[in-house]
Amino acid sequence: MIDRAIPLLYIGAAASFILALKWLSTVATARRGVVVGAAGMALAVAGTLMKPEIESYRWIAVAFVAGTAIGIPMAMMPMTAVPQRTALSHAFGALAAALVGTAEFYLHAPAIDRFTMGALVLEVLLGFLTFTASLMAFGKLQEILPTRPITWRGQNILNFTILGLAVASGAYLVARPDAIRLFPVLGGLALAFGVMLIIPIGGADMPTVISLLNSYAGLAAAAMGFVLDNKLLIIAGALDGSSGLILSVIMCRAMNRSFTNVLFGAFGQVQATGASQEQRAVRSATPEEAAGVLQAASRVIVVPGYGMAVAQAQHKVRELYDALTKAGIDVRFAIHPVAGRMPGHMNVLLAEANIPYDRLVEMEEVNSDFAQADVALVIGANDVTNPAARHDRNSPIYGMPILDVDKARTVMVIKRSMSPGFAGIDNELYYLDRTLMVFGDAKAVVGSLVKEFAGGT
Amino acid sequence: MSPSLEVGLYVFVLATFLGLEIIRRVSPLLHTPLMSLTNAISAITVVGSILVAGEQKTTLSTVLGTLAVTCSMINIVGGYLITYRMLRMFRKSGKDRR
Repeated sequence: MIDRAIPLLYIGAAASFILALKWLSTVATARRGVVVGAAGMALAVAGTLMKPEIESYRWIAVAFVAGTAIGIPMAMMPMTAVPQRTALSHAFGALAAALVGTAEFYLHAPAIDRFTMGALVLEVLLGFLTFTASLMAFGKLQEILPTRPITWRGQNILNFTILGLAVASGAYLVARPDAIRLFPVLGGLALAFGVMLIIPIGGADMPTVISLLNSYAGLAAAAMGFVLDNKLLIIAGALDGSSGLILSVIMCRAMNRSFTNVLFGAFGQVQATGASQEQRAVRSATPEEAAGVLQAASRVIVVPGYGMAVAQAQHKVRELYDALTKAGIDVRFAIHPVAGRMPGHMNVLLAEANIPYDRLVEMEEVNSDFAQADVALVIGANDVTNPAARHDRNSPIYGMPILDVDKARTVMVIKRSMSPGFAGIDNELYYLDRTLMVFGDAKAVVGSLVKEFAGGT
Repeated sequence: MSPSLEVGLYVFVLATFLGLEIIRRVSPLLHTPLMSLTNAISAITVVGSILVAGEQKTTLSTVLGTLAVTCSMINIVGGYLITYRMLRMFRKSGKDRR
C-alpha cells in the first residue's frame, strides 16, 4: 500500500518544483514559489523515508541534524556574500551526487549494465569536477585565492589532457565494468580537472562560471536519476541544468563572449596593453561640488557595480536615494547583467538596502534614457561603462553591450583611484569633458554626498 | 534500450525544454534568487542519498550515503531559507517592507 503511494508523492514533488520556478517569474508570486518548492521537497523526502529498503534511520537522522545545523547559518549570510555562498552550495550539491555515485559503483560493480554505467560515470565525473571547481570559485570569490586569472603556457593543453584522460577512463569503465581499479583514477582526474578549470578564470568572469557550475550540478543530479531509475531526480536535475544553461548564455551575451572564450580564453592576458598610454587630464571634483551638481538635476541614473558591493556602500546609496527622491529628483538604477559577481547580484544588494525594485532597470530598458538624464552616477562600475566597447575595434571589450552613461549631461564617477579595472583596460569615459571624478572609498564618498546635499537645500 | 531507460530519456528531454521555457520568463531582477532556488531543488539528490545511507549494505556505502545526505540537507535548508529571505527584501515604491 505504502509502496504505491510513494510514486504519487514523487509526482507531486515534481509538479511543485515546476510550479515553484514558474512562480518565480514575477516578484509578486515569487515567495509563494519558494514555499511550494519547499513543500515539494518535503514530499520527496517523506516518500523516500517510507521506502521499505531502508534498514535503519540512525545515520539518516544524524545527517539531517548535521545538515540543518550547517544549512541555517549558510542561509543567514549577508547579501554581499551571496556569490561565494552560492559557489559553496554548488560544491555541496555536486559532492552529494558524486558520493552517491561512488557508493553505487562499489555496491554493484561489476554487475552494472552499460547504460547505467554510462550514467554513473557521468554522475561521478560531473559531480567531482563541479565539487572542486565550485570550491575554487568559492576561494576566489572569498578572496582566499588570488582573483586575477592565473595562466601559463600549455595550460589549455594540460587541462584538455586531464579531461581527455578522465573521459577515456570513464569510457573504458563502460566497456569493461570489471576494471574496478580504474574508478579511483576517474574520480581523481575529475577532481583535478575541476581545480585546473578555475585557475585561469578571473573575478569578473565569475557570473558565467557560477551559472555553468549550477548547470553541471543539475546534470549530475539528473544522471543520478538515470542510475537509480528515478524520474523525479531526472526532472529536478533537468530543470536545474536548463536554468544554469540559460543564465550562462545570458552572462556570455552580456560580455559578448563565448563559453569557450570564458573557460579557455583567459581574459587576463590583455592586462599589459593599456599601460603605455600617455597621461590624460581628468576633472576631479570634491563631494561638495558633486552635491551641487546633483541639486541642479531633475533626473539621475545610478550605475552600481562590484565596487559598491566591495565597499559595502549599498546602505549609503539608499540614503542618497532617499535624499534625492525627497528633493523631487527622479532616481533610477541601471543594472548591467554582469554587474557584480553573479547573475542578479546588484538587485539583491539594493533590495536588501530597501531600494524599491521598480527603480531597478535593466540595460536594454534604460539605455535610451541616458540622453535625457542630467546626471549618471557611476558607483564602483568600470568596464560596463566604457564607451570603447562601442567603437574601438582594438579594445578587448569591443562589442560588449554597455550602459550608455556617456550620453548623460554630466557623468559622475566615484572611484578609489585611476587604476584600471579588472581587465586592465583604460576607461575613456573618465577623460570626457562632461565627466567628474570623485575620488575616494564609495561608502565614504556617498556618505559625504548625502551630507552635502542635505546641507545645501 | 530498456523501456524504463526510454521513458527516462523522454522525461529528461521534456523536462529540459519545459525548464528552458519557464526559466526564460524569470525576470532578470530575480536571477540571484533563481539560482539559489534551483540549487535547493537540485538537492533532490537527497532521495538517492537517503537510500544509500539507509540500506546499510556496506560500511563504505553507509558512510558515503550519510555524507551525501548531510550535503543535500545543507542545500535544502540553506537554499530555501536564503531564497525566501532574499525575496522578502524586494519591495515596491511607497511600500515599506514587512
